[in-house]
Amino acid sequence: MTMTLIWTGMVVLSILCGLATGRGPAVAAAAVEGAAAAVELSLSIAGMLCLWTGVMEVMRQSGLADKLSRLLSPILRRLFPQAAGDRATMDAISANVSANLLGLGNAATPLGLEAARRMAAKSPGVASDMLCMLVVCNTASIQLIPTTVASVRAAEGCAAPFDILPAVWLASALSVGVGILACKVFARVWGD
Amino acid sequence: MDLFFTMLVPLLIGAIAVYAALRRVDVYTALVQGAGSGLDTLLHIVPALVGLMTAVYMLRASGALELLAGALAPLLDRLGLPSQLLPLMLVRPISGSAALGVGAELISTYGSDSDLGRTAAVMLGSTETTFYTIAVYFGAVGITKTRYAVPAALCADLTGFLAAAWAVRVCFG
Repeated sequence: MTMTLIWTGMVVLSILCGLATGRGPAVAAAAVEGAAAAVELSLSIAGMLCLWTGVMEVMRQSGLADKLSRLLSPILRRLFPQAAGDRATMDAISANVSANLLGLGNAATPLGLEAARRMAAKSPGVASDMLCMLVVCNTASIQLIPTTVASVRAAEGCAAPFDILPAVWLASALSVGVGILACKVFARVWGD
Repeated sequence: MDLFFTMLVPLLIGAIAVYAALRRVDVYTALVQGAGSGLDTLLHIVPALVGLMTAVYMLRASGALELLAGALAPLLDRLGLPSQLLPLMLVRPISGSAALGVGAELISTYGSDSDLGRTAAVMLGSTETTFYTIAVYFGAVGITKTRYAVPAALCADLTGFLAAAWAVRVCFG
């Protein structure tokens, strides 16, 4: 429903604003152009997107994701002290975070939900501190190689679509860091 | 350093292939299989992208975006955020494909190697579809009292946007 409101709102606002500013014909032309541009964009990013999901699958099958997951678990134990004693939950969290790092979005969500389900069983209906931390970690992007964005840049004729990597890592690290910090601070001051 | 980041992708793909082959993974079959699932992902994106880019194009042509951006420009300037990126920041937490559409539009309008184009790309690469993720997680496990999850996640998003603009200035200054 949210998207219905947003989309309808955008269309109605465009028509009203277009008529008010005398740009009605431009709005009409744009409606046709936009739909065609969406398909063009999809086609132009298709190659690179498929290549990367292919590489990710090779990574998964070779056990790289599992290895990363084991590497991360000592750090994650500190981030989720209330879950540290629960082996199955910690395994799911590690696998979720490593899948997110590798950009395996389709694999990350079921793993994260498994961890969330185990956490929620301890406090039904209410988001516990560890569950808030898990969700916030998943709403922040920690993907090491942002392949979709790079595909879009490549489609727009960029010679080095991955030259933004250092900037992306910097911005992601700050964003996740602040998210974690916010959770830790809110956990102390926020009631039930 | 430039050469490193240019060569990073082929090197990475090569290293992964060699590592996987040594672990006796059928690399080529896995690659093709994975690439097929990429097509599935794309098929799911296309319809949403058609709907959203139509609306975004209309909104842009109507002049409404400029009005909104103009109204908020003083605030955004203070934060060091270009007002042209406002539509991207508004849709980013709500819809991934809408943000991709808006971002692609910005990158194509201003050029992939312009500061604006790069900042848009970094914003897309360093943030997630926050509200969607929260809805999926809390919906799936039946949480009704979300406590501070939303404000904490939005703190991270806002930081991501500010940091994207800053990081582009630092890395490409």
